[in-house]
Amino acid sequence: MTWTDDQPMVSVKDVRKSFGALEVLKGVSLDVMKGEVICIIGPSGSGKSTLIRCINALNDIQGGSILVEGQEVNDPDLDKLELRKKVGMVFQQYNLFPHKTALENIMMAPLLVLKDDKAAVEKLARRLIKKVRLEGKEDSYPGELSGGQQQRVAIARSLAMNPDVMLFDEVTAALDPETVNEVLTTIKDLAKDGMTCILVTHEMGFAREVADHIYFTDRGVIVEHGAPDVFFDAAKDPRTVEFLGQIL
Amino acid sequence: MNKTNPKIMPVMMAPRARATDPIRLKAWHGAALAAFVVLVSIPAFAQADGARDSVFTALARWMPLLLKGFIFNVVISISAMAIGTLAGAALGLGQISLSSWVRKTSWFVTQFFRNAPWLVLLFFAMFLLPFELRIGGIIIPLPDYLKAIIGLSLPVMANVSEIVRGAVVSLPSGQWEAAESLAFTRTQVLWRIILPQCVKRMLPPWMNLYSILTMATVLASIVGVSEVMTLTGQVLAAEGGRTDLLLPIYSTVLLMFFIYCYPIARLTLRLEKKFAVKT
Repeated sequence: MTWTDDQPMVSVKDVRKSFGALEVLKGVSLDVMKGEVICIIGPSGSGKSTLIRCINALNDIQGGSILVEGQEVNDPDLDKLELRKKVGMVFQQYNLFPHKTALENIMMAPLLVLKDDKAAVEKLARRLIKKVRLEGKEDSYPGELSGGQQQRVAIARSLAMNPDVMLFDEVTAALDPETVNEVLTTIKDLAKDGMTCILVTHEMGFAREVADHIYFTDRGVIVEHGAPDVFFDAAKDPRTVEFLGQIL
Repeated sequence: MNKTNPKIMPVMMAPRARATDPIRLKAWHGAALAAFVVLVSIPAFAQADGARDSVFTALARWMPLLLKGFIFNVVISISAMAIGTLAGAALGLGQISLSSWVRKTSWFVTQFFRNAPWLVLLFFAMFLLPFELRIGGIIIPLPDYLKAIIGLSLPVMANVSEIVRGAVVSLPSGQWEAAESLAFTRTQVLWRIILPQCVKRMLPPWMNLYSILTMATVLASIVGVSEVMTLTGQVLAAEGGRTDLLLPIYSTVLLMFFIYCYPIARLTLRLEKKFAVKT
């Protein structure tokens, strides 16, 4: 079966995930169409991060199915490298390679994984640096950059692989409040360009503005989901109402 | 979620040297040490009679031989370190292999040689290795000093293995995850991302190990290799068992090791400080 873009780009069905005896995902399902931006919100420990880490096979799952462009992730014969070429990921702690400059961080994967031509990769990397508004920081090491700058390099690093879908795992949670916006602006630009994005976030205002669809998870299940306006203004489930009440 | 990464515990961070080193040896400390050697020689000097050379004449006479012996110690230490480092690096990588068979075997070998007395390992190599190797028609002789090098490289190997493993696991797991999610293969993650960052962390303990090894090379005297301690014994015998020479000669040997090892210790400390600031 070949995948076409009228089908969900990422299709999560009844996914179960346990760490030992602790079941953190208890049957989660969601679909993401090409070009869609979805935000997953919910209290700490509700399994949000685990869910998106399962999508690029950083965590394995014990039950259910995850299809990325028709490719089954829950498959012992899965070619993880092929999957990860299509799925970019940005982490809460940036995880830049500290021994490489910003430009080298961005260039590494296209050079080593895609085996692209060096001159072309460098051109692409410089373009991405510009896109995330970090001109002049090409030769800085991660240790010389602020958190927000590092996170934008991390976004550029993922984009350099030209992924079809981007995963954002609480990418602003470790940032100083004044640098949160520069990262959110970068993500908004991406969304405008039509990038398919799955975000785990605590930034409610941002989620409302940028998301096409909001999912609220609690204790390993999706409690409620819907379009942002409906979700934020007319939440029905008491758990959602309580969570929104605490946060907003 | 926490704003700080809960996975990074203090024990996992790069070793940090003390901000200020309370005692730092200066040139005059060396002079004091040399003066000490002279001082301990004075009673002996006072006893010297016409029939015997003075302690200083005897020392001067044997100095070239002792120095030659010491250089042999240095050669043994460098060779054992080179062999042990290569073997230990391979063993350390084996300890983080994905194959549980390789991992467990490497772990066992590491633990076995790390928890064995160096002297026993030295004897082990001395008596288990043949005096010559026959490969096809070629005969490779294995002199004692070569066996000693092999014997000393065994504990070095085991310690380097632990240094490598320790450095790899001390890196935040986020480095692995970031590289993996960029579709790097495991080999690429290891050689391009993890190990380059580990070199900094491995250098100070590795140099420390080298110092320890250098001081342990005198063990080779017990198995008859003519390094500085063996020669010292022979010098004393040649001087007819003069008790007045014991202290000056052994002090000279001590001083040689000190002059060689102390700068290494200083450099190690400096590197530790340097790397602690910029990780």
